[in-house]
Amino acid sequence: MAERILMKGNEAIAEAAIRSGCRHYFGYPITPQTEIAAYMAKKMPKIGGVFLQAESEIASINMVYGAAAAGMRVMTSSSSPGISLKTEGLSYIAGSDVPALVVNVQRGGPGLGGIQPSQSDYFQATKGGGHGDYRMIVLAPASVQEMASLTMKGFDLADKYCVTSMILADGTIGQMMEPITFEDAEPNVYDKPWALTGTECKRPHNVVNSLYLKPDQLEKKNFERFEKYAEIEKNEAMWEEYMMDDAEICVVAFGIASRIAKNAVAEARKAGIKVGLIRPITLWPFPTQALRAAADKVKAFISVELNMGQMIEDVKLATENKRPVTLCNRTGGMIPTPDEVLAAINKAEKGEF
Amino acid sequence: MAIVFEKPKSLTDAPFHYCPGCPHGIIHRLVAEVMDELGIEGKAIGVAPVGCAVMAYDYFSCDMIEAPHGRAPAVATGIKRCRPDNVVFTYQGDGDLASIGMAETVHSAARNENITVIFVNNAIYGMTGGQMAPTSLPGQVTQTSPYGRDVKHCGWPIKVSEMLATLEGPEYVARVAVNNVKNVRNAKKAIKKAFQNQIEGKGFSLVEVVSACPTNWGMTPKQALEWVESDMLPYYPIGVYKDRSEKGGDAE
Repeated sequence: MAERILMKGNEAIAEAAIRSGCRHYFGYPITPQTEIAAYMAKKMPKIGGVFLQAESEIASINMVYGAAAAGMRVMTSSSSPGISLKTEGLSYIAGSDVPALVVNVQRGGPGLGGIQPSQSDYFQATKGGGHGDYRMIVLAPASVQEMASLTMKGFDLADKYCVTSMILADGTIGQMMEPITFEDAEPNVYDKPWALTGTECKRPHNVVNSLYLKPDQLEKKNFERFEKYAEIEKNEAMWEEYMMDDAEICVVAFGIASRIAKNAVAEARKAGIKVGLIRPITLWPFPTQALRAAADKVKAFISVELNMGQMIEDVKLATENKRPVTLCNRTGGMIPTPDEVLAAINKAEKGEF
Repeated sequence: MAIVFEKPKSLTDAPFHYCPGCPHGIIHRLVAEVMDELGIEGKAIGVAPVGCAVMAYDYFSCDMIEAPHGRAPAVATGIKRCRPDNVVFTYQGDGDLASIGMAETVHSAARNENITVIFVNNAIYGMTGGQMAPTSLPGQVTQTSPYGRDVKHCGWPIKVSEMLATLEGPEYVARVAVNNVKNVRNAKKAIKKAFQNQIEGKGFSLVEVVSACPTNWGMTPKQALEWVESDMLPYYPIGVYKDRSEKGGDAE
C-alpha cells in the first residue's frame, strides 16, 4: 500500500505536479500559495527540472505559454490578484490551444483585498477572466488529497483537450495539513505533433498563434474550439453527492465551504431534516446534470460560498429556477461556521426563503 | 548556370505585407541569411511580437509562436528553458520591446537568458497607424504627439541599448542601422554574432536595428532613410554597447 504522508495542501500540489511529469515551473511570489514555489525551487534542480522565479505574474504566465507551446507539461501558481495579471496570458493560451496547469489559491478581493481564504474568483475562473470566447477546466479540491489528485487529473485533462486546467483552491486548503497518499503510477504521455521542437528541416513549420485577421477564419476557429468544450462538458463533469438519496433540501458547496456544509448536513440529519449536499468538483464544466436531477426531487437549494454569491447563478441556471435557491455566505476572508449553514438549512426546512 | 542570388531557405514563399520602403523586409532577410549560414533553420524557434511584425510567423520557415504584446522575451524564456538545444529568437518593435514589454526585456537581459533579440527601432507605432513610441524623438510629430513630442509633457525617448549595457547580465548589446549598404552589411554581422553567442551558450544578445517607417513618418522611402541618418542616428548612435567576450566593447 502507498505510504501516507502528512502534507500542506500547497505542497501536495507541487509534489503531485512533479509526479505528473511536470518539470517546468514559472511563478512569482504571492501569499497564500508561496509554498508551491518554495517546494519547486527545492526539488526541480535535483530532478533535472526548471524552477524560475519570473519578474512578474505576466512574465510567468508567458513563460508557461512558451513552455506549453514547446510541448512540455508546465505550470504556474498564484493567488487572486496575481491571477488577474495572468488572465491576458490565459486568453492567449486558450486562443492557441496549448495545455497548461494554473493554480489559484484564492484570497479575498477585490483589489489587494486580503490574504485570508476566499472563493471570490469563481466568476473569473469559470466565466473567462481574460478576453474572448474561451473556457478553462476548473477543478475545486476540498481536501489536501484532492489538491494532489486533481492536480494530476488537471495535467491529463489539459493535455487531452489542449486547454488550461485551473486548480481553484483557497487559502485554507492551501495552508492546512492532512495525510495523503500518492498512487505509484507513471505519468500519462500525450502526443503533441503541434509542438515547437524545431523542424529539423523535415516537416513544415509549426506555428502557435491566436491571431486570425479574417473574421470567417476566427469564427470557424471559435466554433471548432467550442465543439471541444462541448466534449468536455459531456465527459468531464465531476461531483460528489452526500446524503442526496432522500434529500428534500440540497446544499451546494465546493472547496472548503463544502467541508463546513457537510458538517452542517450531518448535524441537520441528526435533527431529522432530510438534507443532502452536492459538491461540484469541476466548476467548469459545472455538474448541471446533477443539479437538474436534484431539482425534480428537492424543495429548495442553498448555495454556500465564500463570496457574495457567484456559483449561485450557475445553480439557478442548472435548476432552471424550478426551486428557490438561497445564499449562505461569508466573504472577505471570513468563513461560515457549521451553525450558520445549519441555520440556513433550518430556514429552508421551514420554507423561509 | 550558377545561382548568384536567391531567397534564403529560412524564409517562406509568403509575400511580405509590409509597406513600400519599409526596412522590415531587409531585416527579415538578414535574420534569415544568418540562419541559413549558421545552418540553424531546423533548430530555430522564433517569437513574433505584436506590431508590424506580428505575422513574422508566416515569413520565417522555422517553428514560430506569436506572443502577447511585449511578452516575447518571457515566451522565449519558457521555450529556451524547455529546449536549451534549440535556437530561440524574438523579433520585436519599439512599442513592444521598449514600452509595454520593458520589464520582460530588462529581466531577460538581467538573467542573461540565452536567447537572441532582434529589436527594430523605427521611433513610431506602425501597425496602429503612427502613434508616439517610447523611442520617438523630441519634437517628432506623430498621431498622438501632433504638435511634436514635448519632452516636458511626455518625457524623453529611451535609449534601450545604452540602458541594457549598464546591466551585468547581457552578453552582447549592439545598435546597427539599415539605411545604407555599409550599415546593412554591418547589421548582418551583428545579427550573426547575436545568434552565434546563443549557439556558444554565451547568453542574452540584443541587436537594436535603427529602422524607418516612411508611411507613418509621412516621407518617401528615400527621405525616410535620410531622416534616419540626419535625426535618428545622432540620438541613437551605432555601436557595440556591451560585448562581454570582447575587450573594448564600448560604443564607437
